[in-house]
Amino acid sequence: MVEQEGFRRYVAHIILWIGIAIVAFPVYVAFVASTQDNALIANGQMSLLPGGHFFEVYYQTIFVGTSGTTREPVGNMMLNSLVMALMVAVGKIAISIISAYAIVYFRFPLRMPIFWLIFITLMLPVEVRIYPTYKIVADLHMLDSYAGLSLPLIASATATLLFRQFFMTVPDELLEASRIDGAGPLRFFWDTLLPLSRTNMAALFVILFILGWNQYLWPLLITTRDDMQTIQIGIRKMMTTNDALTEWPIVMATAVLAMLPPVFVVVAMQKLFVRGLVETEK
Amino acid sequence: MANVTLRNVRKTYTGGFEAIKGVNVDVGDGQFCVLVGPSGCGKSTLLRMVAGLETVTGGEIDIGGKVVNQVEPADRDIAMVFQNYALYPHMSVFNNMAYGLRNRGMKEAEIKTRVEEAARVLELSAMLERKPRQLSGGQRQRVAMGRAIVRQPKVFLFDEPLSNLDAKLRIAMRVEIRKLQRRLNVTSIYVTHDQLEAMTLADILVVMNGGQVEQIGNPLAIYEKPATTFVASFIGAPPMNLMATRADEIKSQLGGSAGDAGILGIRPEDFVITDQTPAGGVALSLTVEAIERVGAETFVYGARAEEEQHVAATPGELPPGEIIVRIPGTEAPAIGEKIRVAAVRSKLHLFSGDGRKRVEA
Repeated sequence: MVEQEGFRRYVAHIILWIGIAIVAFPVYVAFVASTQDNALIANGQMSLLPGGHFFEVYYQTIFVGTSGTTREPVGNMMLNSLVMALMVAVGKIAISIISAYAIVYFRFPLRMPIFWLIFITLMLPVEVRIYPTYKIVADLHMLDSYAGLSLPLIASATATLLFRQFFMTVPDELLEASRIDGAGPLRFFWDTLLPLSRTNMAALFVILFILGWNQYLWPLLITTRDDMQTIQIGIRKMMTTNDALTEWPIVMATAVLAMLPPVFVVVAMQKLFVRGLVETEK
Repeated sequence: MANVTLRNVRKTYTGGFEAIKGVNVDVGDGQFCVLVGPSGCGKSTLLRMVAGLETVTGGEIDIGGKVVNQVEPADRDIAMVFQNYALYPHMSVFNNMAYGLRNRGMKEAEIKTRVEEAARVLELSAMLERKPRQLSGGQRQRVAMGRAIVRQPKVFLFDEPLSNLDAKLRIAMRVEIRKLQRRLNVTSIYVTHDQLEAMTLADILVVMNGGQVEQIGNPLAIYEKPATTFVASFIGAPPMNLMATRADEIKSQLGGSAGDAGILGIRPEDFVITDQTPAGGVALSLTVEAIERVGAETFVYGARAEEEQHVAATPGELPPGEIIVRIPGTEAPAIGEKIRVAAVRSKLHLFSGDGRKRVEA
């Protein structure tokens, strides 16, 4: 029996290692490719050990860009992506927490119909409403701008729902105590509701930042200038070459760089997130 | 310092449910008024209407000579202690108490003096920097009290403030609240479903049932002369024994003196075990069914020989035919034994047949 236990444990470990390898190997290959000489990759003689061109490739990627296709430094693309992801995440949180506040704490005509309207927009992602959204953004002269990149993505039914559910768990007595303490609606929101929502906001920020960072279709449509393109678009453009060789080390380096901010956000926010969870008590 | 006067106050919810059916109460300056009643009787709703957290659909609420029906809670000069304390979980104890003062634009120095004074009185000085979750139930309760005190309001409102505490702490805090209220001499309205709390705290006791006031008065006066069978069974523990006067055994003893009364009430503590029948009083033959010894006193549960009661059962009432007798000490008859208990004439309470009126005979 003991032997069988040991055997089973090995099987479990082997399966887990296979899983990890499937996920991690492509990332590793991307990293290795980003440190090799392009000619070597093109010949199909790429080694599975990191090459010696790390600094040179990454310097060129971040500050210069490819010599053929987009010619845009990836550093600039990352800045564009960062601004867009931040505006989308922060904007979504701000808009949805305010609309959830209105829906939960105020009684106004058509409150429930409005709530259901917001709810229904869950079924209308950007891809579905892309033509009218593009038309509006174009008419407002927001093509090739940060506003055009982020504003249409800011309204969020999911986040509104999440905050609504959270607000409904906040005891009514807190609102009543605030009223007796002389806090109006804005003060209650600012002094009580926002601090209590900190954990929720942190969790949402992680999800929404990654969502904003990974946007592909929308930036593809509304950015035409090279200096406004996001990193996701940049990678795609770099790979398409007419006659010349695709500069694989640079493409791979860009892919690796594109992974870093989401990873950083997850790692950084995770701590705050867990601390918030431990501290929260209603 | 203020009187609180309720004039024919009504509350009807949209949908037509009438929670408060015309209540008149007058609480004098510095008095401690307790609203007591079973759950759902409207006592909390009434308190919340005084606080301004519920709208008033009829009548007037008057605080300190000013009708406040349309005044915002913050401008009524009241402070409220909630059942679950409603402390701001993310603020320190100090900030919890200071929040209401800051919102009123008071100077930081003045806030500090007031909060520190309140903390001293409530023995919270060492915990001002802690968050509510780091406090015990009793301490949280005191912070909630402190939040009310620092405001120096005209009226304190308490909504079952002790019901989340354990029994021992509840008694201690009950005494604390009473002492504090006496010292500060602030008009207070206190809601509870616990008749013992109500009896011990109140200057004026308001017994409510079904959105109406059953009786208002001094607690002992209510105990001695309950106006209805509801009050009779609600105030006093264990509850008053209620019997129909037309039961043969009672009828023959009371004779004509019962007048038009339909229900006879006798408190468990007014019975004595004796073979004699006092003149004008009532004696009953019981078979002992259960005994509860609590040390200083013993409760004997007995079934009457003749039982066929049709008294409407209201909360706190005994099942028909069962009688509780309270005797001092631990000496008690055995279970199954037949005993005879009697109460003198002055200890009898007579009510009209529907229990809505006290009959003096």
